[in-house]
Amino acid sequence: MNKTYYNPADLSKFGNISELQPEMGRKFFDYYGEVFKEGALTEREKALIALAVSHAVQCPYCIDAYSTDCLEKGADENQMMEAVHVAAAIKGGAALVHGVQMMNKIKELSM
Amino acid sequence: MGSTVKSLKGQQHELSDSSFQLNVLQAPTQHGEQFPAFARRLQEHDLYPLKPTGTTILQVNMGKMCNQTCKHCHVDAGPDRKEIMTRDTMQLCLDALQQSPDITTVDLTGGAPEMNPDFRWFVEELSKLGRQVMVRCNLTIILANKKYHDLPEFFRKHGVHVVSSLPYFQASRTDAQRGDGVFEKSIKALQMLNEVGYGHEGSELLLDLVYNPSGAFLPSAQASLEAEFKRRLRSGYSVEFHNLFCITNLPVSRFLDYLVQSGNYDSYMEKLVNAFNPVAAAGVMCRNTISVGWDGHLYDCDFNQMLELKVEQGSSHHIRDFDAAALDKRNIVLNQHCYGCTAGAGSSCGGETVK
Repeated sequence: MNKTYYNPADLSKFGNISELQPEMGRKFFDYYGEVFKEGALTEREKALIALAVSHAVQCPYCIDAYSTDCLEKGADENQMMEAVHVAAAIKGGAALVHGVQMMNKIKELSM
Repeated sequence: MGSTVKSLKGQQHELSDSSFQLNVLQAPTQHGEQFPAFARRLQEHDLYPLKPTGTTILQVNMGKMCNQTCKHCHVDAGPDRKEIMTRDTMQLCLDALQQSPDITTVDLTGGAPEMNPDFRWFVEELSKLGRQVMVRCNLTIILANKKYHDLPEFFRKHGVHVVSSLPYFQASRTDAQRGDGVFEKSIKALQMLNEVGYGHEGSELLLDLVYNPSGAFLPSAQASLEAEFKRRLRSGYSVEFHNLFCITNLPVSRFLDYLVQSGNYDSYMEKLVNAFNPVAAAGVMCRNTISVGWDGHLYDCDFNQMLELKVEQGSSHHIRDFDAAALDKRNIVLNQHCYGCTAGAGSSCGGETVK
């Protein structure tokens, strides 16, 4: 049994999730592959978005995979860190914007 | 420029011994797993033994001497390497070419081939034979000494196809791989090549760039990276070039040393093995290329040359005995480093092999 919940070696076993539900697994990976193909956005732009989302959802597997993917696709370090700041700004903003709700409640309860 | 960095051979490093490198390549991983033998993967796809498709390219390594000591260099080249090809051996190459009209391209590499004192003579003689001459120019050599400043004009005069390494369109990753200040000098050299007519759209003076990843990761799709390189080099430095060749770093010599030192060896090999592509395997460059070492010995490719894996017994072994027909019947010598040329979209000195 692992002593931690996350094992880096599990990343390469992602495909194994299809073993218990092959049809849904196949559909998911087909969709996944389609999403990351070059389209209106380049593969590099999609990798940067994925990197930002990886940080927002705080998935260590995703951060490992998309840091590598961004390097492979030619993204530079500044672009990668800016993407992380975009995630941080949205996460921080999402917390802060609820401050309005707090202010509404204060107003409601206060004389 | 990193010129004070010693080669592995200069350091008497164990990885400067090719048999030690082969032992590393064939050893199990730290977890005791054994990567499948490359030959067996070819066998599964009816590609074993791997046979030539006819030699059209002669790749001549003019020596290990170089003005740079790049961290990923599979040649272990550097200023402290003195092994260079003599004019007599170059003459043997010319004799072989005269008897081999099917070889249309001569690919000059090193080290920095321009540092060989007979480099210009050799290019002139090759030019007289009417073969396409390709020079793998590291760019900084053009600025390294006054005597090299006219290289762009010399290349232009002989219609040389210039192929130059530039691992990234920014200084940080380029200098990390090739040495401090290399990016700035490389850009200046590219601008000098552009000035004499190289690299412009429609120009017959071909200027191609080579992208090697600056670390333990694989190159991405060539077309997409080429577009990004063109955009960044044009907007940032007014530099023009024709094609970008994406080349995978093979686990040989200094790149192998980097992988082992950084703890990335097992995971990098795993990536190469998992990315094995039989279509890329069918298009590997050793099927149409013969590599000549600085001392005239023949190899299936420049990587085999550095691992001292000579062409199979029974073929002509040295350029003085060059026999194109006999060489075309040989079995190509394989080892675990060959996974580097068959990963993903494939890799060769001309970039991707799967179009």
